[in-house]
Amino acid sequence: MAVDGIGAAVKRKEDFRFLTGRGNYTDDLARPGQAHAYVVRSQAAHATLGKIGTAKALKAPGVVAVFTGADLAADNIGGLPCGWGIKNKDGSAMHEPAHPVLAVGKVRHVGDPIAVVIAETLAQAKDAAELLDIDMKELPAVANMREALKPGAPVVHDGGSGNVCFDWHLGDADAVAAAFKKAHKVAKIDLVNNRLVANAMEPRAAVGEFDRATGEYTLYTTSQNPHVIRLLMGAFVLHIPESRLRVFAPDVGGGFGSKIYHYAEEAIVTWASAKVGRPVKWTAERSESFLSDAHGRDHVTHAELALDKDGKFLALKVDTLSNMGAYLSTFAPAIPTYLYATLLAGVYTTPAIYAEVKAIFTNTVPVDAYRGAGRPEAAFLLERLVDIAAAEMGMDRVEIRRRNFIPSNAFPYQTPVALQYDSGDYNATLEGALKLADYKGFEARRADAKKRGKLRGIGISTYVEACGIAPSNIAGALGARAGLYECANVRVHPTGSITLFTGCHSHGQGHETTYAQLIAERLGVGLDQIEVSHGDTNKIPFGMGTYGSRSLAVGGTAVVKALDKIVDKAKKIAAHLMEAAEADIEFKDGKFTVAGTDKAKTFGEIALTAYVPHNFPLDKLEPGLDETAFYDPKNFTFPGGAHICEVEIDPETGVTKVVNFTAVDDVGRVINPMIVEGQVHGGVAQGIGQALYENCVYDDNGQLRSGSYMDYQMPRADDLPSFKVATAITLCTHNPLGVKGVGEVGAIGSPPAVINAVVDALKDHGVRHIDMPASPQKIWGIINGNRRMAAE
Amino acid sequence: MNLSGEYRLPQPRQTVWNGLNDPLILRQCIPGCEELAKTSDTEFTAKVGLKIGPMTAKFTGKVTLTDLDPPNGYKIAGEGQGGVAGFGKGSAVVTLEEDGAGGTILKYTADSQVGGKMAQLGSRLIDATAKKLADEFFGKFTEVVSGPAAPANDSPATEPAAAGPAATPAGDGGGLPQSVWIVALIAAVGVVLWMVLGK
Repeated sequence: MAVDGIGAAVKRKEDFRFLTGRGNYTDDLARPGQAHAYVVRSQAAHATLGKIGTAKALKAPGVVAVFTGADLAADNIGGLPCGWGIKNKDGSAMHEPAHPVLAVGKVRHVGDPIAVVIAETLAQAKDAAELLDIDMKELPAVANMREALKPGAPVVHDGGSGNVCFDWHLGDADAVAAAFKKAHKVAKIDLVNNRLVANAMEPRAAVGEFDRATGEYTLYTTSQNPHVIRLLMGAFVLHIPESRLRVFAPDVGGGFGSKIYHYAEEAIVTWASAKVGRPVKWTAERSESFLSDAHGRDHVTHAELALDKDGKFLALKVDTLSNMGAYLSTFAPAIPTYLYATLLAGVYTTPAIYAEVKAIFTNTVPVDAYRGAGRPEAAFLLERLVDIAAAEMGMDRVEIRRRNFIPSNAFPYQTPVALQYDSGDYNATLEGALKLADYKGFEARRADAKKRGKLRGIGISTYVEACGIAPSNIAGALGARAGLYECANVRVHPTGSITLFTGCHSHGQGHETTYAQLIAERLGVGLDQIEVSHGDTNKIPFGMGTYGSRSLAVGGTAVVKALDKIVDKAKKIAAHLMEAAEADIEFKDGKFTVAGTDKAKTFGEIALTAYVPHNFPLDKLEPGLDETAFYDPKNFTFPGGAHICEVEIDPETGVTKVVNFTAVDDVGRVINPMIVEGQVHGGVAQGIGQALYENCVYDDNGQLRSGSYMDYQMPRADDLPSFKVATAITLCTHNPLGVKGVGEVGAIGSPPAVINAVVDALKDHGVRHIDMPASPQKIWGIINGNRRMAAE
Repeated sequence: MNLSGEYRLPQPRQTVWNGLNDPLILRQCIPGCEELAKTSDTEFTAKVGLKIGPMTAKFTGKVTLTDLDPPNGYKIAGEGQGGVAGFGKGSAVVTLEEDGAGGTILKYTADSQVGGKMAQLGSRLIDATAKKLADEFFGKFTEVVSGPAAPANDSPATEPAAAGPAATPAGDGGGLPQSVWIVALIAAVGVVLWMVLGK
């Protein structure tokens, strides 16, 4: 291994600029002559939208322009497209209503953009926005999915079947029904997977700029996937050919899924920059982020698990309502279907599974992927249900899991819900976690806590997830409207330094280091000679971006494929220089040698020869050393693991403290253990946040009640213990690095571990389940037998 | 949300009545009130500046009265627009009763909602704010109607004339009785209304 290669805990190259305030974020950009946009948003959850009087606003000081939906329509601007189509049970297409960039005729959620005011300063734009004369008549709204399904409920979009976006299913209903008839016991659960707001540290921002000389548009934006934005915005919304549209996502301060999607503001500033002939900048305020960033999760589920007398799982049936919000965000339909129901086998051999998923429109902010995206919903459901099943059977919670694990010799393993897991060892991760958490010593810790007046509980979750969604042909057959490959361009410069252009985007993941380590390992070049470039569609051939923990499994493999081509060509050049047969050239630690001789050329010498081809096989090879590869995976990758959480509850206040958290994950081969650990830490923090603190709440009129950090509680450093994190890996069998992905495992495995621990701590209070977040109010209510508070 | 309240005013009903007949008094008593105008027998507009939690905003409100049943009560419905701060709307049933000991009991039950930034940022604060504003109104009202020395308790006050120094140009009292009285209640409620409440 090279010193800084695969497996080295190298410090992140990018951190110097982040930690010293040198990062370059979209809002840091000050383009010459830029004007500022303020987006006027609906305060009503549902209302008719009539004429918008702009005359007074246009006369206000500093105002450059005011645009409404009518102006966009006049320019033939399209609506925001949805990137995944789902078919109903009967094979018909889902209800896919238009999603205008600026509302036309109706507004459908608080925060729905109505108009944009562009002025010399942001303050002037805001002042002028107050002068708009907007003719709106409020309509009854619906925010709750069950209410939305009732006859006579307000209808969010005409033209469909009430508020149902799609009614989809997966699995074998007959096999499940037959298995339930033979069941010894049935474990049941009703649960809510709470709605979350991603809350990236950097709010979204966008700057549009139009070059009158070339006719080229540039959009600087906070995106996880600039090429996808270029494709969607160029082709469907603004009708600008890719050749004249550059999308650049510079440093981005966290995404967690919420920056995957194509948002209205990106199209607005791009289009408006040409209309007003100046760069136009928009930056979200934090309270605007709550109303305009796609939210996450929001499921209501009933599930039943049939067991035989030995505690083996016979069948699982699941009925889920999934909130889409008021419009379909870019990948929304894929989340509660192909990223959720397909994971319902979990790590278990359950032979029959049937899932029904109804997606519902409501007068709320659109909901889409959030760190984990579907898999946390599946893991939470399964791991809660397995704990309930253990209680029903009077079995140990560890034993019931072991008894149902897919054995390590059963891979590749075909689940009854479409996926084929390539590798895994669920016993190994569980045993590792039990040991690291000192599971055996728990009862002594519980007794000690009791002496101190605290209720201590322990919870386990064993999960599998699916990363690097692929391959394109299968995803396409399932409704994806995009490819799911990745692209890498490795450019070796004449003096031997290297730039990697990757289609993935780094917004906290440390790609600039991890990818550089792959290159250092392969080419024997120092990390200081390697730069990783991402985010600019004018530099990078193409790319699908970063989401679903795909950057290493898909993007990293593309890098490996490009490096293969570099090494192939370099060997040919080396063979020519050393007058040897290409087959005799060996490449190791940055040196090309001829087998059995002491002849050698360094990588730098080959690079120079490639660009100064004075002695070069010009008859067989082109000069240059610059290779591009696209990689479309054969399958998902399947990270898995075991998380163990210990909590202590103060019965006087109902406050839950996470006192121990252990995660042993199988993420495939680890390139940088420090980055892997950091990713797990962040994911676990967010999972604990979902389990104990975070909750996005709407009132019955569709007003967001938790729209600031006063009411939306984020996890803080002092809420979290020092995590115990380890890996117990099996290699992915279908990519050359054997990597699986680590970006989301923390957020997937942890919520059920936390809630299982809380339920365990409250076991003397007759609790079977507690919905997230397990707030002090709920727990205090349970402990004090106050049913009313517990229900709220 | 639903909000209800009850105030016992030491003044007899007639005194309360007269005090509530005086727009100047009302304007003094409604916290943050800058304007109060009658646009028809049952409609009023008002401008009120308010602070709710982190937000300070001016609300322009419209109030409509129905189910008028003088002097027992009425239903008041209103909506207030606070620009970027959001909006509030709702209705309240207000009753005025003699307490049998020379004072007056005012009761209201309000049902209302807030929208926009007020709901987003302030909904948790609104109950408390509405209560506080209502208390401020009636505290001030009692003070103003009673006058500086105000030993209001011993005045059985069957006569408007006896009603103390603040009690208005008595002659005007007969002018617009119900409507203006109502406006006063808006104060009471008004308070409630604009600032009004989430759930």
